[in-house]
This record gives sequence, C-alpha cells and structure tokens, in this order.
Amino acid sequence: MEHYNMNLNLKVWRQKNCKSKGEFKLYRVENISSEMSFLEMFDVLNEQLIHDGEDPITFDHDCREGICGACSMYINGKPHGPWQANTTCQLHMRAFNDGDTVVVEPWRADAFPVIKDLMVDRSAFDRIIQAGGYISVNTGNAVDGNAIPIPKDDADASFAAAMCIGCGACVAACKNSSAMLFLSAKVSHLALLPQGAPERKSRVMNMVAQMDKEGFGSCTNTGACEATCPKEISITNIARLNKEYLGAGFTSDK
Amino acid sequence: MTWKQVFTSSVGKKLVMGFTGIFLILFLIVHAGLNACIWAGDNGEMFTKGAHFMGSNWVPRILELGLFAGLFLHVIQGLMLEFANRRKRSVGYAVSYGNEGSKWYSRSMGLLGTLILLFLVLHLYHFWLPNRSNQGFLLGEEINLFEKMKLEFSVLWVVIVYVLGCISLGYHLAHGFQSAFRTLGIHNKRYNTLLTSVGYAFSITITLLFAMMPVSFYLGWV
Ligand code: HEM
Ligand code: SF4
Ligand code: FES
Repeated sequence: MEHYNMNLNLKVWRQKNCKSKGEFKLYRVENISSEMSFLEMFDVLNEQLIHDGEDPITFDHDCREGICGACSMYINGKPHGPWQANTTCQLHMRAFNDGDTVVVEPWRADAFPVIKDLMVDRSAFDRIIQAGGYISVNTGNAVDGNAIPIPKDDADASFAAAMCIGCGACVAACKNSSAMLFLSAKVSHLALLPQGAPERKSRVMNMVAQMDKEGFGSCTNTGACEATCPKEISITNIARLNKEYLGAGFTSDK
Repeated sequence: MTWKQVFTSSVGKKLVMGFTGIFLILFLIVHAGLNACIWAGDNGEMFTKGAHFMGSNWVPRILELGLFAGLFLHVIQGLMLEFANRRKRSVGYAVSYGNEGSKWYSRSMGLLGTLILLFLVLHLYHFWLPNRSNQGFLLGEEINLFEKMKLEFSVLWVVIVYVLGCISLGYHLAHGFQSAFRTLGIHNKRYNTLLTSVGYAFSITITLLFAMMPVSFYLGWV
C-alpha cells in the first residue's frame, strides 16, 4: 500500500485522576504518516502539547510490539481499534484516512478505575492471577521437558490460551464488564496440562472468588470479548472454565 | 466450598440460569406438544383430554409447582444479574461496540426476558388463573380450555400480543439455548457447533408453533 500523510481530528478523553470527572477534548494532528503506529501518532500529539505548554495525554504502553498487554485504548467504539486480532500499539495509521475523526476513550469498567486520561488501573488482573493462576513446584533440578507425555492437541490448546497478554480488552468490550475471557484463558492453559492438575479445584474456585471481589460483572456469553481479543482467545475457554468450576463445586471436599 | 458459595459466585449464579433455562426449555417442549393437539381436527377433543390430565392428575400438578419454582428462580436471578451487571460500568462509552462484536439479542436477554414475563402475566390471567380458580386451586372441576382459547383468540390485539410474546421468546432462546450449554461446561467444538444449530432450529420451531396457535384460532382454522 502506498504511503500517505493525513490530518486527523482527535476526540480524546482527558481526566486528571480517578476522582475527577473527565471530559472529551478535541485535538488536531497534521501530517501524520500512514506508516506510523497509533501510539506514535499520540507521541506526535504529546510533543505538540508539551511544546504548547499543555499537559500531555497519559496512556499505557510498554513493549510496543503487541506482546505485553500494556497499551489500552478504546478507539472508535472498539478496544484496540478497528483491526482484528491486534493491539493498540500494532494498530497503524493506514487504518485511517485523511480528515477522519477518531474518538479515543479509556477502558470503561469500575474494576478498572481511570488513573489519568487513557490509563486505567488493571492491578485487579494481577490479584486474580495471584489467587491461583500458577502451579506450585518444589525447587530443584529442572525436570526433563518430555518426562510427562502431553497430547499435542492439549498442548496446542493450552498454548493458545496462554497467549493472553492480560490487556483487559475483553472487559472493555463486554456489556457486563466481565473478566471471564481473561480468567478462562488463565484457568484453561493450566487445566489443559498435567502440571495444572494438583491445584485444579482450588485454582478455579479462588480465582473466580477474586474476580467477583474485584467487581467485574458476570458472563452472558455474548462473544464481544472474543471478537475484540488481540490474541484471539477462544470463548470456548469460558465453557471450559465453567466445567472446571462445576467439577470443583460439586466434588471438592472442603 | 459450601453449596451456598458454589451457587452464589458469578459463575454459580450463571449456572442457576443455565440449569433453570434448560428446565424451562424442557417445559416448552411438553407445553408445545400438548397444545399442538388443537390441530388434531377433532374440535378440541384430544386437546381437552390432554389438558384434563394435566389439570386433574396430581403428578403433573406437583410438577407444576416445580415449574413455578424454576421460573421464579430464573426470573429473579436473571433480573438481579442484569441489574448487577449494568452497575459495573458507571461511566459509559461515547461510541458503543454495538453489533460489531455480538448479536443484539445476546445483549438483550434482560429485556427479552422482561417482555416474556409481561406476556406470561397476560397468559396466566387468560388460562391458568380462571381454570385453577374454578378448581378451587385443588383438583376441582376444570373450565373448557378449548372454548376459552376460541374466545380469547377472537380478539385481534390479544393475538398480536401473543405473537410478539412468542417472538421475544424466540430471540431469548436463539441466544439462550446454546448459551445454557456453554454455561454447563460444554466446550467441545463439535458439540458447540451442533448445539448452536440445534438452538436456532429449536427457537424457530417453538416460536412458529406457539405463534400459530392464536393465529389458527383467529383465522378459524381450528
Ligand atoms: C419459558 C420461558 C423462558 C425460557 C425457556 C428461558 C430460557 C433461558 C435460557 C436457556 C437462558 C440461557 C441461560 C444461560 O446462558 O446459561 C436464559 C437466560 C436468561 N433469561 Fe430466560 N427463559 C425464559 C423466561 C425468562 C423470563 C420470564 C425472564 C425474566 C425476566 C428471563 C430472563 C433471563 C435473563 C436475564 C437471562 C440471561 C442471564 C445470564 O445470561 O446471565 N427469562 N433464559
Ligand atoms: S483474553 Fe484477550 S482481550 Fe482479554 S486480557 Fe487476554 S489478551 Fe486481552
Ligand atoms: S504496548 Fe505492549 S502490547 Fe501494546
């Protein structure tokens, strides 16, 4: 595709801190290259704001290569913007045309309070992981990788679930602000492997309990999460999580 | 993990919706099957026999209590979840994700359910209440339900409201049928594909079957 430059109108959510109300502000950026990433376009805007003595826009980012899950912008009505299976940092400006108006909002969920502007607090996800998203192993010599045979399909499904980068787009997309796609990915990738078996029951129970405590909504299987997930985490993981929960709920002895 | 804890977490409440939802689906099959007897072409003879059994035998009458309990649980839990979920996002989006990521009826289960509930109030008022009150709410004399259907379904607005109620039910099931099985943990791709198709087929069949009943009476087909 040929390179082109564009001028854009941006409608960006500005909010001082978690207590203040916040509002949309209009900005104009000019001569944006179609080869820039969306975040680079924001860098240009921020340079401009700093130059004008204004407060630059705060947004989360880290790797800028689609693997860390830090970037989080709700662009024109879709988490991570118009492209499928894509993160905000990997969204490129060729997705837009000269003269477009782009509306940029933070993830909206009470469990993800806005810290400032477009940056939200996603530590709720960390606490869900801490509640059981791990396996306990004694230290010592590393076990040979092939010591435990694992069916290839299970390994593949587990790996696909482990792709989740914890970005929170699933919560942002869901009408219920439910974290079930995230949780189901974190439960599934361990539930599919023998290493996850010993803590299988307590894991799902504790992680669900933590998710509820953090104030996420409950799942109604609408599928908006799957449609927006940058890592294409499948909604069938949610059904697997339900099965894990049902199994643990009915058979756990405590 | 007490039973209470199992069924009051977010996933547990959803399990209640799934179990009661499938229970109500089973009820619909029985209800549609029995009512289809109006088309037997015998001026309601077979239908009246069936209705008489359902109303005068204590086995279906006890099962009826289970039906009300299941429906009550489904409605209360469903509405509570709907309102709780709405409260999880106090500041909404300026631009909504809309139909790009999900089907409108999957996001409207609370609304569709409420429409079904309103329809049910009218429906029970038309048939269940007069019949049971005639019976003294025990096993007394029933009214002629076939004649009662003829009477009620001679009024156009009643027929329209019934058809709209059936359409709400159809959309509720179009999402609910397959969703319920996912809720109960069916995650095998082959089954999910199958259940989605069966779900659509079931929703369309049930909607048409029930909607055709008042229409048939109105047009004088039975
Ligand atoms: C005969 C009538 C009905 C049938 C067959 C039925 C069936 C179902 C089914 C199968 C589900 C899916 C459950 C799941 O996803 O696990 C469902 C969900 C739901 N139903 Fe019904 N339903 C009926 C009436 C109602 C009524 C009267 C209401 C109430 C107001 C209602 C409210 C809801 C809500 C809010 C949900 C979504 C719950 C969730 O996903 O968390 N339903 N229904
Ligand atoms: S499931 Fe997908 S959308 Fe949700 S946190 Fe993981 S990567 Fe992000
Ligand atoms: S900044 Fe790391 S995924 Fe976007």
